[in-house]
Parts: sequence; structure tokens; C-alpha cells
Amino acid sequence: MKRQLPLVLVFIFGVFMIFQYFVPHESSEWIFEFLLDWIYIIGIFAMALAIYSLVRVSWDKIKHRRENWQYAVMTLLGLFLMVLFGFDYGRHFFSAEGLQNFMFRHFFDYIMIPIQATMFSLLAFFIASAAYRAFRARSLLASLLLISALIVMLRFNPYLGPVAEYMEKTASWLLNVPNLAAKRGIIIGVGLGIVATALKVILGIERNYLGKD
Amino acid sequence: MNIFDRMMSLDRRWVFLFLALVCVITHVVPFSIPIIITQEAKSIYSFIDTLKEGDIIFMAIDYDPNSLAEMHPMTYAIAEHAFRKKLKIIFTSLSVNGPGMADLAIRDISDSVKIGKTYNGVYYEGREVVNGIDYIFLGYKPYPALVIVGMGQNFRLPFPTDYYGTPLDEHPIMQGVQNYDQIKCVVDISGTSGVDMWITYGQGRYNFPLALGLTGVMAADYYPYLNSGQVFGILGGLLGAAQYEKMADNPGRAVDGMRVQLFAHIVIILFIVMGNVGFLLSRRKARKD
Repeated sequence: MKRQLPLVLVFIFGVFMIFQYFVPHESSEWIFEFLLDWIYIIGIFAMALAIYSLVRVSWDKIKHRRENWQYAVMTLLGLFLMVLFGFDYGRHFFSAEGLQNFMFRHFFDYIMIPIQATMFSLLAFFIASAAYRAFRARSLLASLLLISALIVMLRFNPYLGPVAEYMEKTASWLLNVPNLAAKRGIIIGVGLGIVATALKVILGIERNYLGKD
Repeated sequence: MNIFDRMMSLDRRWVFLFLALVCVITHVVPFSIPIIITQEAKSIYSFIDTLKEGDIIFMAIDYDPNSLAEMHPMTYAIAEHAFRKKLKIIFTSLSVNGPGMADLAIRDISDSVKIGKTYNGVYYEGREVVNGIDYIFLGYKPYPALVIVGMGQNFRLPFPTDYYGTPLDEHPIMQGVQNYDQIKCVVDISGTSGVDMWITYGQGRYNFPLALGLTGVMAADYYPYLNSGQVFGILGGLLGAAQYEKMADNPGRAVDGMRVQLFAHIVIILFIVMGNVGFLLSRRKARKD
């Protein structure tokens, strides 16, 4: 029963959702919206589990003074302070205020934005270093990749003079022909893979999501 | 170690230093570089430019602060262009940190539109853009696919109130607006995989005109959708934003940042070329020996 009930539920809801997509009737839409609400409810449980897990792991790290335990303190502080600032205690106790809260907005504008923007901007330096080391014309395929990358990078360079037009045309061809063909192949392959996996789950062939017990 | 080996195995700290120097110098020294306009960027500008006063467009601010440098100029350029044309905008955000980005952008753009300016030879008087009349910000909800499908039925399903807690029906902009049927196009400014949801569950199911603003690294992935007609335009990275700014005659952060990006790219290319010259000459020398 423990294994059969989930399989039956997955089959019923899976088949329903497939047919619902093709039935534009009002009642079908109503059930669909009703089921969408369930996903939010399940998601809330997942979030509660995730917060519990994060707090437990971080607290364990702090308690036993494990390596880099100071970062765990910052993690917990960040988590609880932002939640605390997210509410409007002044007017309506515990009503969500988010960015309208002075502290929440200041933490977001002056801590969150600079941190994330800085981390991402560092990527430019690592890309430069990685490109210098990895882009080597070791074989025919590697050479083709190298030449394509250089053409695409140079396509909008305004200092190329008469070559610029040809560079732009070649780059457009690279993006619209070989790139497009490869991407379409991947997208169709992934799509078919999703359909196959979904059918396997709905029909009970794929049961890994049930766990081992 | 001979010269060719040195060319191949330069310490990465030199690469970092050289790149940093070029970025700083090109940022500090002001000079302009020509911006080449692509068809995929032009089609977005033309679409918005030909809309009539009072038409509504939908802008999804689906990016986090990490891609702010590329995405913010796109949001600013498109939204300011739309506000100058007296279009109305429904903003939303399907990325976790997106509301902060959208809120910041709305504040800045509102300030900018207050000042009268001339764009492409036409003078636009400064005006106040008012929340609920000229724009509305719906806020964030998790699970992008569900939110996109929900908005296809009615915007009020996933968002009964706007981000600031006011019921949608209390806003004049939302009078008579139920779902995507009442809006002219969706512009998704995205640095996340949420863009796939807009294509699959949004455009695929509700068939609205969809334009994308993407980070530079993402743009090439979405050309298939441009060619199939599912997407009518793409702005790719800082260059895409700079192209829009140029077309709108409103040079801003993107046009300003293009000289830094251009010379940083040239530096990367030079390092790649140097590494390869060293590699090929070293291989030739080894064969001779």
C-alpha cells in the first residue's frame, strides 16, 4: 500500500494533466487552477524542510567549531535578519512589507546587490584566464571552435574597417546555421527525453522518486 | 623555458592585472565607439515604437543582482522608451531577487521621465509616472511556469494584490485587463532559465508576441526561437542594451559600458592569439628537434 498508493496517485494526476491541456472547458480550467494551488502548498512544506536543514547544518558547525564556522554564523544571521526586516512591525504586526521596509531595502541595495554584482564581475577575469589557457588549436575541431569564437567575439568590433561587414555576415551564419542546427537537435532531444521520462514515471516504470524503503 | 613556452604559460595574475588595467583606463577615459544595430534588436525597438498611447506592455524583470550590469540598462532603455511614448507597463518578477531589481529600476526610471528630453528629434515633456495609472508592479511569486500559466487565465489568480498590497482592481491600469489578451507584448528581461518557461508555457500556450533581453552568454541559445518566430526580438547582453539605447537616442549605462567591454574582449582575444602562437611555434620547434 505504501508503494502502490503513490503510484496510483501519480498515474491519475499525470494522465489528467495531459488531457487537461487539450480540454479548454471551464471546469477543466478550474480543476487545473485548483491543482496549481496544491503545488504551492507542497512547495511551502519543502521550504520549511530546507530552512530546518540549513539551520541544523549551520548550528552543528557552530556548536562543534568546525572549519569556517564563522561563515555559518553569517548564514544564520542573514537568514533571520532578512526575515525579521521583511515584516512591518510598525503598523501591522507580521504583515509582509519587503522592500518597503527601510532596513530590508538598505540590506538589499547596499549588501546584496554589491556582493552579487562583485562575484559575477570577477567571472570576467576567470573567463579571460581560462580562455587564454584552454583555447588552443590542438586539433581540427578545436581549431574550428577557436576560429568561430574569435569571429563571434569580433563581429561588432567597429575598428575592423572593411573586414567588419564580412565578420558580421560570417558570425550571423555561424549563429543561424551551425549553432541553430545543434541547438534544435539538443532541444528536440531534451524534449523527447522529458516525454519519455514523464511517461515512465506516470506508468510506474521509473520509481526512484519513491525512495528505497 | 624558451620564449614560446613563456607565451603559453603566462602566470594568470598577469592576465588579471592587464585586464583590470584595460577596464579601468577605458572606464575612466571617456570616448565613444560606434554601435552596430542588429535586426533582432531593431525589431523590438520598432515594435514598441509603433504602439499607440495607452497601449499596455508587460515586462518581466527576471534577473538577480549578479547580472545587473547587463540587464539593468535593458530595463531602463525599454521602460523609459515606453513611458516617453505614454505606454503603460505591467511589471512582474519571477526571479527571487527580481523584486529588488524591479523596484530599483522603477524608482530610477520614474525620476528620469520627470525631466523633459528630446529623443530622435522629438521633444518629450517631463511627466510623473504614477503607480496604478502608468504602471503596476505585481511582485514575485515562486514557480515561474505556474505563475505564467495562471496569468494566462487572469492576472488576479497569482497576484490578487500588487507588490505593495493594493488589490489589482483598485488600480485604473488594470480596469478591463484580465490576461495576456489585453496586452500588446511581453518583454522578458532574464538572466535565469525562467525564459524557457515564458517560451514554453507563455508564448506556446497563449501566443502573445514575446521579446527577450538576455545575458551575453545566454543569447546564442535562443536564436532557434527567433528563427521559428516564437520570439520576435532578442537583446543580447550589454551590446543589446547599447543597441536599444542608440535606437532610442538615449545613451546611458550600456553605451558607456561598451567601450570597456570592447577593449576587454580585445585583450582576451590578444591573450588567446598569444597563447596559440606560442603553442604552434613550440610544436613546430619540437618537431624540428
